[in-house]
Amino acid sequence: MFGFILRRLAVAIPTLLLLIVLSFLLMYAAPGGPFTQERALPPQVLANLNAKYGLDDPLWRQIVNYVWGIVAHFDFGPSFIYPDRSVNQIIAAGFPITLTYGGIAFVVAVAVGVSLGVTAAIRQNTWLDYCAVGLSIGAQVLPNFVMAPILVLVFTLWLGWLPGGGWGGPIFWIMPVIALSTSFMASIARITRSSMLEVLSSNHIRTARAKGLPERAVILRHALKPAMLPVISYLGPAFVTMITGSVVVDMYFSTGGIGRSFVDSALNRDYAVMMGITILVGALTILFSLVVDLLYAWIDPKIRY
Amino acid sequence: MIDSQQMQSLAARMSETEVKGRSPWADARRRFRRNKAAMVSLCVLALVALFAIFGNTLAVWSNEEMDFNVIGQAAQLGAPSLENGHYFGTDDLGRDLFSRTVQGTQVSLMVGLIGAAIAVIVGTLYGATAGYVGGRTDAIMMRTVDILLAIPYMFVLILLLVVFGRSLSMLFLGIGLISWLEMSRIVRGQTLSLKNREFIEAARATGVPAWKIILRHIVPNLLGVVAVYATLLVPLMILSESFISFLGLGVQEPLTSWGALISEGAGTMNYGTLWQLAFPLFFFCITLFAFFFVGDGLRDALDPKDR
Repeated sequence: MFGFILRRLAVAIPTLLLLIVLSFLLMYAAPGGPFTQERALPPQVLANLNAKYGLDDPLWRQIVNYVWGIVAHFDFGPSFIYPDRSVNQIIAAGFPITLTYGGIAFVVAVAVGVSLGVTAAIRQNTWLDYCAVGLSIGAQVLPNFVMAPILVLVFTLWLGWLPGGGWGGPIFWIMPVIALSTSFMASIARITRSSMLEVLSSNHIRTARAKGLPERAVILRHALKPAMLPVISYLGPAFVTMITGSVVVDMYFSTGGIGRSFVDSALNRDYAVMMGITILVGALTILFSLVVDLLYAWIDPKIRY
Repeated sequence: MIDSQQMQSLAARMSETEVKGRSPWADARRRFRRNKAAMVSLCVLALVALFAIFGNTLAVWSNEEMDFNVIGQAAQLGAPSLENGHYFGTDDLGRDLFSRTVQGTQVSLMVGLIGAAIAVIVGTLYGATAGYVGGRTDAIMMRTVDILLAIPYMFVLILLLVVFGRSLSMLFLGIGLISWLEMSRIVRGQTLSLKNREFIEAARATGVPAWKIILRHIVPNLLGVVAVYATLLVPLMILSESFISFLGLGVQEPLTSWGALISEGAGTMNYGTLWQLAFPLFFFCITLFAFFFVGDGLRDALDPKDR
């Protein structure tokens, strides 16, 4: 097991370094520097600015400095547009918010999706099953950027129950969480249902039933664990898509998470902030897929490392 | 007495009927035709395609013209009506939503199809090569795919669009760059199970070069899997493009796409102009639905497990 973790890290760390270097090169290749403005700066000012931010160093030195700053000090450097704010400050302001509603949405999607899928599988071919299947097909075409306007339309404009945006108490969390989790809930429900159906028809479940275990114990103790394997391997990609979806939530509900900073910096061409957020998301993704793999290995006794 | 001529024609008929056996493809076609959801979806797709191709000939207004009667009063006067030729109403600037939707449909479908086409070509060749060659080459090629898959592609795509300018070709390139990864994995898995079969061995024994075996003998046998996956990939590409356009980072005015139209409609719905959201959303949803159903139908039709 320990060797497995080491081997996974041996892939994860080069991936992260590659991501950092790649996004740095992208920024370097971009036409126009960060100080290119409509009114051209005097050359002396430009030279001073470049010297201050280290932009007159050779390329390899800039890369090494940048990577070293991130690895050693967790420092993503200054923002090029807002001179008084560093990338770290911008991320620190938005990240807790993203983490709050993202975490809740993730838990909700998994909890509701799994229980919906299990219920549908146990009551196969009843109205409950058909509802669950219909819901999960429907939610495929309702990604977050379609859910968000519809939710605002119904709950804010028509019913007036929920605030249409902003960030504060739990009442502000409801719509972002629903918008973000719906399509994942549906996918998880569909995956759970089909794998549960497969497990329920396998031999060890027949044995468990034959020895007279109550149905509850059969499902919870014998069927649920093997049925969770496909769901767990789905969690990795789901996490990535969810973090991407948080960009839409931040834009539409003005929740103030890092997604907003990302789009703003994309529109302002504030490369430092864009890179910082991209690298942060990449690191989270790699970390999460590592956790998912460990979880998988722990649940599935057939996998040996 | 035997009429030799009659016998000959009988023999010819018999050999002909024998030749006309049911191929696996004919079987698959039959299974697909029996799948009602998939057939209906295919019709829906055909209608959406017709809408995209011939919609402009029905439109009274062009997509760039502004109706000066409507400007500033889109909520009151811009509603869908047959009289003034705005079948789907107008947008906030008084532009005809019908022709804008036609244009958005064209762009979105094109992004989906081109993205899927790149995935099919690159992913199939890459995966088949990795799987067929095997060994260290395979390990390196697939490890590269693993690493690329771990990168949060939507963020990198936006980075690409910002750095190199937001243009349609950049969007195609960016979406195509990432779409083939998953495909190459699937194709490689299939190739691994194909390459030890007798017909490949026979080809190798007769001295067919490796690239020819991949192109002539492996790729045609992958067609079923590739077709299914490509159909399921088109809606994902459309979703990605719409996502980016929704954020205002995708196609630029005067070009538009479903995502951009949905974004516009969602932004103005407070003013009671619900049709601006409803029409693009309707086309978006039915198209995605149809692609998913056709993909599922194809998978059921081509899946040998089901036979």
